[in-house]
Amino acid sequence: MTTLTTPMRADSPAPAVRPRLRGLAAERVFVRRSLILSLRDGETLSMSIMLPVALMLLFTFVFGGAIAGEGSYVDYVVPGIILLCAGFGAASTATYVSRDMSTGIIDRIRTMPLRPGAVLTGHVIASLIRNLLSTAVVFGVALLLGFRPTAGPVQWLGAAIVISAYILVITYLYAAIGLAAGSPEAAAGYGFILMFVPYLSSAFVPVETMPSWLQWFAENQPITPIIETIRGLLMGTPLGAQPAWALGWCVAILIASVLWGAWLFRRTRR
Amino acid sequence: MTTAIEVRGLTKRYRGTPVLRGVDLVAAQGEIVALLGSNGAGKTTTISILTTLAHADGGEAIVAGHDVRREPEHVRQRIALTGQSAAVDDALTGTENLVMLGRLSGLSPRAARRRAEELLGRFALEDAASRRVKTYSGGMRRRLDLAVSFVVTPQVLFLDEPTTGVDPRSRLDLWEVIRGLADAGTTVFLTTQYLEEADQLADRIAVLHEGRIARTGTAAELKAQFGTDMLVAEAPDGTPLAEVATDGSIDGVRHALAALEAAHPGARVQLRRPTLDDVFLALTAPGAAGPVTLREHA
Repeated sequence: MTTLTTPMRADSPAPAVRPRLRGLAAERVFVRRSLILSLRDGETLSMSIMLPVALMLLFTFVFGGAIAGEGSYVDYVVPGIILLCAGFGAASTATYVSRDMSTGIIDRIRTMPLRPGAVLTGHVIASLIRNLLSTAVVFGVALLLGFRPTAGPVQWLGAAIVISAYILVITYLYAAIGLAAGSPEAAAGYGFILMFVPYLSSAFVPVETMPSWLQWFAENQPITPIIETIRGLLMGTPLGAQPAWALGWCVAILIASVLWGAWLFRRTRR
Repeated sequence: MTTAIEVRGLTKRYRGTPVLRGVDLVAAQGEIVALLGSNGAGKTTTISILTTLAHADGGEAIVAGHDVRREPEHVRQRIALTGQSAAVDDALTGTENLVMLGRLSGLSPRAARRRAEELLGRFALEDAASRRVKTYSGGMRRRLDLAVSFVVTPQVLFLDEPTTGVDPRSRLDLWEVIRGLADAGTTVFLTTQYLEEADQLADRIAVLHEGRIARTGTAAELKAQFGTDMLVAEAPDGTPLAEVATDGSIDGVRHALAALEAAHPGARVQLRRPTLDDVFLALTAPGAAGPVTLREHA
């Protein structure tokens, strides 16, 4: 135990007024904080990369033989794995946000002259960076497994934009879930449910192979048009109206999450 | 003397139940004021309103010269809060936590780093500066939490139960730290459920009971005004058996003695000066102010 030997009277500066921060200074500090927190949260970080890779190996080598129709299954499944991976990586945002809300951190931030929402922005941007990196790793592994996209530079750029938009949207949704949950554990639990949504889409098997009642859901849920857009851009499958649907869903979910989150954030004031 | 906190008629309901029923409080600049109350008395609610975290239903609160409702940003520029639950990041080191708060308080990276070093020294955490907070003891964590509030010296510092859950040794250290802070001109407003803490630290004590300030004064004033002399019955080996408050009059003492004799015939009797405990019990025990209330010791 450390003992305080020196009296702490001598070097107290006189009370001062804290300036209001200009521009995005607070957001920058919080992005840095969230990135450090993710980097030091080794288990979560390695899970968010290893799990999608393991799933890809599982789908390609174990299920792949049975599922594959014409063409290579790895070419079919990679867009699905990418979205699944983004979901895993973004889910930890719910836990981080919930942890900040349940400790004294949010109260301290709210008693400072800052936009308190900056702490959420920090988590969202950090999640975007984290997930783009793990997506790159998954792409690398996919290429090693024989994934051969037909995309040119424009299509690659388009796919990158769609994937980034999806990560942003799902992260905001997880951030709102983090605000809604009573505890970090509950946040992780709710988040887990959301991770099953990609399985009920065209991510791993064509929708036509599903029972008809499930087909309706799979065809009309947001993940399917997003996956079909990425697949179309990377593999040259027909796009049709999918990009419009994908964009519409992303914008709708983003707006809903931001509004829900903002409402929850205000409500959690005592 | 300038006023740091001025509260008039503060009311607050929580889910329909009144928590504050009209709190009045004044604190001068540089004063240490303790808000003393039992669990659920409304201490944290009061702090939340004064630190702009919650809105009062009625009444007025001026903190550091600004109305908490109308000018919360101005208040936030001048206060700091160390709440009950730790507000530091476990995964960051002591230095990183302090530098981050320095940056959020508008310091340059270099100034934030220099200030972090100063504070780590001042709060006896130099040795733990580059260790993650996860590895800190409860007392160290509390000291870091306090240090963070001092990155920019606030005009008013709010401490919500600063030593709850801290071992006795660290509690003494924290008291020492808090006393030092007021000397620089910071007003310290703290809540506590420990009478000893209020007695040791505070220039003035406000007793919060059932949503109102039941009494305000220095520890000595409260004892003189409220605590009556106590007659204590002791066993021959000096173990206290029971005690009765008296008003000091011959008649009062006679009644007190009779009550003690009835309960413990043959016991020895001592006169005891009141403690803050007696004041608190007299103020908060419903209808317990009668002259002959016998309190048995366990």
